[in-house]
Amino acid sequence: MQKINPLDHLILILGALFLIAPVVLAVMSSTHSAIAIHTGGLFLLPGSDGYETYHKVLTAKGGFTGNVTGARMLMNSMIMGVGFAVGKIVLSMMAAYALVYFRFRLATLFFWIIFTTLLLPLEVRIMPSYQVMSKLHLLNTYTGLIVPLLASATGTFYFRQFFKSVPDELLEAARIDAAGPFKFFIDILVPLSRTMIAAIFIIMFVYGWNQYLWPILMTTDESFFTLMRGIKAILQVWVGSQIPDYNEAFALAVLAMIPPVLVVVIFQRMFIKGLTESDK
Amino acid sequence: MAQITLKGVGKTYAGGVQAVSDVNLDVIDREFVVLVGPSGCGKSTLLRMVAGLEEISQGEIAIGPRVVNRLEPAERDIAMVFQNYALYPHMSVRENMAYGLKNRKTPKSEIEARVAQAARMLELGPYLDRKPRALSGGQRQRVAMGRAIVRQPAAFLFDEPLSNLDAKLRVSMRGEIRKLQRRLGTTSLYVTHDQLEAMTLADRLVVLNGGQIEQVGSPLEVYHAPASTFVAAFIGAPAMNLLDAYIEGGRVKLEGHDMGLVALPDGPITLGIRAEDLSIGTQGLPVTLDYVEELGANRIVHCFAGGQRLALIQPPEAPLSEHMTLRARPQALHLFDTTRGARLVAPATRIPEPVA
Repeated sequence: MQKINPLDHLILILGALFLIAPVVLAVMSSTHSAIAIHTGGLFLLPGSDGYETYHKVLTAKGGFTGNVTGARMLMNSMIMGVGFAVGKIVLSMMAAYALVYFRFRLATLFFWIIFTTLLLPLEVRIMPSYQVMSKLHLLNTYTGLIVPLLASATGTFYFRQFFKSVPDELLEAARIDAAGPFKFFIDILVPLSRTMIAAIFIIMFVYGWNQYLWPILMTTDESFFTLMRGIKAILQVWVGSQIPDYNEAFALAVLAMIPPVLVVVIFQRMFIKGLTESDK
Repeated sequence: MAQITLKGVGKTYAGGVQAVSDVNLDVIDREFVVLVGPSGCGKSTLLRMVAGLEEISQGEIAIGPRVVNRLEPAERDIAMVFQNYALYPHMSVRENMAYGLKNRKTPKSEIEARVAQAARMLELGPYLDRKPRALSGGQRQRVAMGRAIVRQPAAFLFDEPLSNLDAKLRVSMRGEIRKLQRRLGTTSLYVTHDQLEAMTLADRLVVLNGGQIEQVGSPLEVYHAPASTFVAAFIGAPAMNLLDAYIEGGRVKLEGHDMGLVALPDGPITLGIRAEDLSIGTQGLPVTLDYVEELGANRIVHCFAGGQRLALIQPPEAPLSEHMTLRARPQALHLFDTTRGARLVAPATRIPEPVA
């Protein structure tokens, strides 16, 4: 055992405080009124307007059309995040399965083509994607929000590497045990990939949750707005003597933070459990 | 239960590498046949072709009455035990054993009965609900065998199943496999590189070298009459002494010393003598002592005869000296063709008259 050095701890404590400070500021400030924030800056201590603010943010109808609530936006973000993560995992697992276990011409070439798309960010293909969705009349739909972003080179790559590390004997044993390609995938590969799935779910959920540019392009109907757009919308009301509802923006930001944090916390447990359990 | 017939079986890999060529073998019903050879001799490839995990490039394999060349592994009615066990890590022992039956739509009650029976036979009862990672190497190996047993297949295929176990466990598992196979009477093909395992397990041994069969026979036949210098050197520990000798006037001469009489034409030959067939005497082949390996029950004495190394087994109390003379019964001399390595079937050798 190493001797505990107080200086090390001091550095770690300072680091933790430094990282946690903005979150504390956001949470605390969200419980004060907009005017207090505007005049007094950010708060480190809780105020008295917390319940009202959160209640308003979640239920009050707002926006131009006046019928989108925070809860609605929360749900939209949730659909985006979960749809994204699940879709990407399903799609990339199947792609990786084909690449690793089926012998077909140019499999390696296909893999590298998929892999090179890793280098292309969404922004590069955002106009053509938009046009395709528009022609298919999928603007302002969840399908349009989610499907075009589902192809995942990252996921395919990770699953491919993982499948390659699964011993060949397992496949051979399964073949002798009369498990066809479909059964092998469902009965053996998917359960073995649990840890991989958890890891990718974390990454992809957060990625989908935080999408900003694509939803802005795809949705004009406010009932499809996500939380990220909601926060932006609140701060965009700098008209005349009106001040932005800082408290509401903070409250939304705090709400927006909770689901990804939950996902990370929940899946990390599985993730670590999976890591320590598997011995291959 | 079934017999396995291999007719002119060969395997050519892409790129023209011939891993196995022209193997003909009949494994009769209930027989335990061991394929043995050094690594890269094609024994595993051969087994995998029987299992259906490798394509058969040439020839024909039949299990029972059916030619199985074009059948999927699952349709061949075989079960295989792998070197690394290949247990499904996320399934319990019970699920591992039941998986093959479940996929074959065996009724639930039947599956349960068979798993219970196999578990009893292999003493796996207390572990049925554990995952493989919570088992020791020997227990995992048992599960792998259980998975094969519950299927009640026409044949068991073993691919070096004991290689991952420690030496002690290997010996006890070896015995168990043998007993189990006798009890079930299932035709078995077993691949190993360990000649001792091969000798102790086999009804018949198949010694492979470079993708071809060198010799087929019972362990004792192979031991006492190796068909070639390769088999002679591979089977038995310590390896048979193989010495350069020659025949002159019907006498086998080793380093100028008469070893026996033989009805063969003059010329160079390779003389094989097992370590246990050499004894120290007052007369015979003069050797100088090199070093001694103590094994407890006996000792292996390494000597030089002229420039050639040879080993003999002696009881631990036997006196040794720097210079000794060795003798061997002429029946214990194995003669091989020097260039081809094939055994020369020489009409019995006799002790020559003592030379004055």
